[in-house]
Amino acid sequence: MSLTEKIVELIRETSSSLPDDVLRALRGALRRERAGSSASVVLGTILDNCALAAKRGVPLCQDTGMLVFFVHESLRRRVTPDLLGRAVALATERGYLRRNTIDPVSGKSFDDNCAEGVPAVRYCDRPGVTLIMKGGGSENMSRQYSLPDSSLGAGRDLEGVRRCLLDAVVRAQGYGCAPGVLGVCIGGDRAVGYEVAKEQLLRPLDASGVSGDQKLRALERRVLREANSLGIGPMGLGGGITLLGVRIAARPRVPASFFVTVAYMCWAARRRTMMP
Amino acid sequence: MKRLTFPFDERTVRGLRAGDAVSISGRIYTGRDRFHKWFADGKPLPVCYRDGALYHCGPVVVRDEEGGWRVMAAGPTTSVRENPYEPDFIAATGVRVIIGKGGMDARTLAAMREHGCVYVQAVGGAGALYAASVASVAGVSLLDEFGAAEAVWHFDVSDFRGVVAMDSHGRSLFEDVAAASERRLASTCRKCYTDDTRSSAGR
Repeated sequence: MSLTEKIVELIRETSSSLPDDVLRALRGALRRERAGSSASVVLGTILDNCALAAKRGVPLCQDTGMLVFFVHESLRRRVTPDLLGRAVALATERGYLRRNTIDPVSGKSFDDNCAEGVPAVRYCDRPGVTLIMKGGGSENMSRQYSLPDSSLGAGRDLEGVRRCLLDAVVRAQGYGCAPGVLGVCIGGDRAVGYEVAKEQLLRPLDASGVSGDQKLRALERRVLREANSLGIGPMGLGGGITLLGVRIAARPRVPASFFVTVAYMCWAARRRTMMP
Repeated sequence: MKRLTFPFDERTVRGLRAGDAVSISGRIYTGRDRFHKWFADGKPLPVCYRDGALYHCGPVVVRDEEGGWRVMAAGPTTSVRENPYEPDFIAATGVRVIIGKGGMDARTLAAMREHGCVYVQAVGGAGALYAASVASVAGVSLLDEFGAAEAVWHFDVSDFRGVVAMDSHGRSLFEDVAAASERRLASTCRKCYTDDTRSSAGR
């Protein structure tokens, strides 16, 4: 199989199958909702959908999202933006991706999903090639706070961060396809905040993905518990599971700024890594 | 489970209550952001929506070997973006069922009450499952103008499932859940954070 075809296969698998840790979290959520409630019907539908998509190898969600490839530095010469673009065009032709790339000025569709900066490619120290697909409905629910924020009673400390995160969950309701995942960056400038927050969505939802920092780990746990007590539930129809996980990182800030950035991910948290 | 079959008459639709699970069969038409803008700009509608269903959806569709269309994924898109247009659309067209996700605003709810229309919540992200309920693609409109993700697709569906989340009597499940969650947030945030960190770190 050529490298291009291997990347096409990575795209197909990412689009059609959720990672095991996300599926386990969804099954765990279903067990905790009352049988027959709308929350349990929604979660049952989600799991049926995942099984069907994986079996048929078709996109599990029609919003195949903005594609971001994280490629290890050592692969820079083999896994080039051109090669990734060719794979994306092929995957689009075969129906693994929606024609999802629009020129914001002319309104025209780039029918092969290739354009300046699309797909996004980041060369980094993460092993292999990792793809994340994040849909627009959840992206629209991502937000950035600048502390202090008097409307939330949020100061420049972890209590302030907590208030921002719970506010983000309440504002998202079911719009971002709950139960979702929060990727969070405390600090940074505005651009770093969004980039690092989104990268946290690559961390698994099981114990291997919790923060190595004790204070952040406690905050992740606390916000998850409190968010799930708000009653928003799957797709915002009510229920006990509103989030599947919270993943927080911190980056240095300048004295004048204190940003809290939230990348809201839907339950269809599509990510996958391959070793070329 | 209540069964709804196209065309949807006003009496049946008014008989639905928020919380009812429904199974929809027959013709539905997709229409999302650019379609609503098109309508608001006063341009001619490509199909008749009277007693019909409008589905907020931008599917993944590919050409099959025979030159027809194959639907790969067709779940709902977020409906709130159509809030500015939907009350007028309901009044002008006589549409009876709007399918989407996330619900719509109070003005839309009022239009649903006045004209006899319901909002059915489909499960966001369940694209493969809803694609499987599309028995055939009868046609497509405004494909050149909007592209495949925004075009008006004519789907004939069978057993398309959802929950009535806004009914024609002024009730919205979303409003109930949102209001309750805001009350709970207010009481949760009254508790102090620092004390709890200490106790949970010591646990």
